[in-house]
Amino acid sequence: MSNVSSAPTSAAALAPARALPIVFAALLGVVLIAGSGFASTPALHNAAHDQRHAIGFPCH
Amino acid sequence: MHIFRNIVFVAALVGLAAGLVLTVLQQFGTEPLIVKAEVIEKANAAKAEAAPHEHAAGHDHGAGEEWEPADGAERFGWTVVANVVSGVGFALLLVAASELKGGLKSWREGLLWGLAGFAVFTLAPSVGLPPEAPGVEGAPLMDRQIWWIATAVATAIGLALIAYGRSPLTALAAIVLIVAPHIVGAPQPAEAPAIPHDLEHGFVVAVIVTGFLFWATIGTLAGVLRGRFADA
Repeated sequence: MSNVSSAPTSAAALAPARALPIVFAALLGVVLIAGSGFASTPALHNAAHDQRHAIGFPCH
Repeated sequence: MHIFRNIVFVAALVGLAAGLVLTVLQQFGTEPLIVKAEVIEKANAAKAEAAPHEHAAGHDHGAGEEWEPADGAERFGWTVVANVVSGVGFALLLVAASELKGGLKSWREGLLWGLAGFAVFTLAPSVGLPPEAPGVEGAPLMDRQIWWIATAVATAIGLALIAYGRSPLTALAAIVLIVAPHIVGAPQPAEAPAIPHDLEHGFVVAVIVTGFLFWATIGTLAGVLRGRFADA
């Protein structure tokens, strides 16, 4: 009866073991968007040029 | 590792599909306007070069030496690649964020998350920095990029606080956070755009509407697919 009420599901959902891989997945997303939308390397810019304009990323 | 793999797998499928859908939409929406604007842009650049003046050739597309895709299939191909990369990137953010809240349960829930993505990454930045067709000369690029990212982050945090915060004060703080970037103000160009107003306006509309459909696709598909791989 003593500690039955610990660990409600919402807290369990954010345990570090679960949060860490989620954060890494989000970081991977940030890296992809940085490359396609923000990197200033001329070749990357030119390849992604139309897409940058068409998605509304700031471009040149 | 399971969770990471599942998120990446779902986001890759969603991003691929959304990138392809976006490509089709762009062919009707933004691409014809980009081509039209570039004709004007090049004519202006040629004029500026003919009359040597301090700011010749507005923005340099690599000053002629850098590689750029040839018009036609090559250019189209790279646009498809870029659309898919952005699609997967945005899908990763959406799926990851929704996993923090326990994961998407239905296509409708996914669609709502897609609307949030649209508000964060299309609407909010477009308020201060309307999407620019080629030839619209903006403020310094780095300044605009910083404002764009800061606005997206502030809007995302604000929406999350509104959706998941518990007290009215949290909601109030969220509203302040969402408005703040627009009070600070986006970096503005010094010159008026060099393309006709209706072209400039049409481009803004085209980008925002295609952006809406893009995000609706990402959200809905993520909601559908996540259910198939849910055990994480």
